[in-house]
Amino acid sequence: MSSIRFDAVSKSFGAGQVKALDDVDLAIADKEFLAIVGPSGCGKTTCLRLAAGFEFPTSGRVLVGNAEVREPGPDRAVVFQQFALFPWKTVVENIELGLRNRNMPREERRIRVMEAVELIGLNGYEGAYPHQLSGGMQQRVAIARAYVLDPQVLLMDEPFGALDAQTRVVMQEELVRLARRNPRTVLFITHGVEEAVYLADRVAIMTRRPGRLKEIVDVKSIREAEGWERYSRIEDVMDLESFVHLRTHIWRSLREEKTGAAH
Amino acid sequence: MTGALDPARRMVLGLAGLVGFFGLWALVAASGLVGKAFLPGPLEVAERLVTLLHTSFAGGTLPQHLASSLQRFSAGYLLAAAVGVPLGLLMGRFRLLDDIVSPLFDALRFIAPIAWVPFAALWFGTGFGGPVLIIFSGAFPPCLLNAYRGARQVDPRYIEAAEMLGTPTHRLILEVLLPAATPSIVAGLRIGAGLGWQSLVGAELIVASTGVGYMMVQAQSGVATATVMVGMAAIGLVGVLIDIALRALEARIHNRLARA
Repeated sequence: MSSIRFDAVSKSFGAGQVKALDDVDLAIADKEFLAIVGPSGCGKTTCLRLAAGFEFPTSGRVLVGNAEVREPGPDRAVVFQQFALFPWKTVVENIELGLRNRNMPREERRIRVMEAVELIGLNGYEGAYPHQLSGGMQQRVAIARAYVLDPQVLLMDEPFGALDAQTRVVMQEELVRLARRNPRTVLFITHGVEEAVYLADRVAIMTRRPGRLKEIVDVKSIREAEGWERYSRIEDVMDLESFVHLRTHIWRSLREEKTGAAH
Repeated sequence: MTGALDPARRMVLGLAGLVGFFGLWALVAASGLVGKAFLPGPLEVAERLVTLLHTSFAGGTLPQHLASSLQRFSAGYLLAAAVGVPLGLLMGRFRLLDDIVSPLFDALRFIAPIAWVPFAALWFGTGFGGPVLIIFSGAFPPCLLNAYRGARQVDPRYIEAAEMLGTPTHRLILEVLLPAATPSIVAGLRIGAGLGWQSLVGAELIVASTGVGYMMVQAQSGVATATVMVGMAAIGLVGVLIDIALRALEARIHNRLARA
């Protein structure tokens, strides 16, 4: 009951001079994990900001559940690329804010926050401030801050883009584990093709600005048919022929966009 | 030149400036170019200062006058901070309020604090309210402006993060805008204190019956120039002390935030 639908959505900035999105139609099913990949500046982050309610379409509609998005809200938790943790709040205070806003009783709140801290493996860092944590730890706090709300929809804007390669892999594997344990509707923005194929059920490819939807690649049916779930490590999955095939397909499709060449 | 030498060098130069000033003053006073009644020497002023510490003049000793000045200052300044900072934050959050208040504020803030004196005298006479109003008019603009600018310059990601977490307005202002704008607010409080202190003494020259400013006016009418100069020195000294205290506060807050 928490699908996301883009209905002929166009978005222009600055009195219509810059067209970011052009007539995007996209439906993300309930509990589906959809990744959007595209060249820089193609408007993929704009898609996420529209779903979050930070921006509004110039024309068309964005629906979450069956309601048009009119403002930001905790039913659509956002994980930002640069984390956006509050620097003056501790780990616990950052994670707790959304629950306080919900007027959850203190004792229940404490239990939920401790569960979240456990889940992201930050025991012992409850009272630390964001600047005392590494980038990977900060992003885990940002993910916990979103997860603790138990949102129907999770919006992730290149959440691992600011992390080093090793940390990124760990976070990707953790996200897959979390997603299996408790599936949500996820809109995941990335420019990493491998990340998209590894994480998503479907991968949407966008064109260069103004962003249009070019192609949607179904990963889930291949993942299930080829049994990727048997492998817990990302590098083992990435070695599979089916993975390489999909990755190469998406990569070629993107590359045409980057150079602007046609078939 | 190494960085370690810099502060020492600056201190020497600063001392040289002070010594030069007092030397020149003593020289001119001793030369007899200006009548003794109009320009007492530094020693004479210092002696007068010591006398005024325990001898009453114009209704009180110097510490008593200073205490009454500081009382007025505190009242007007705290009022300015208590109104200016919240209003500035609210204006930074709500465009509507910004649009309503800004034009009015922009017009009012060009009326210098001293220009409020006749109005304050009409309303309050020589009571407590007049000087409080005048110091308020001096301290209020920086308090409001810096809170407003601080709130407007908060990284929009923090506001978006708070909004997506469902943060209600009062909490967004108290727990997001206020901490994010704190450096700017503290700078405004410091500037406001300086302007407020300056305005206060101006106000006391006219609409008060105690305080350092009042003491100076009384001394002037009796051509007690040394007492006038003691008043000036006291104003300068207290101003510097207020500024040092607030600078220390500002530095502490900056250090705390710089770690973030």
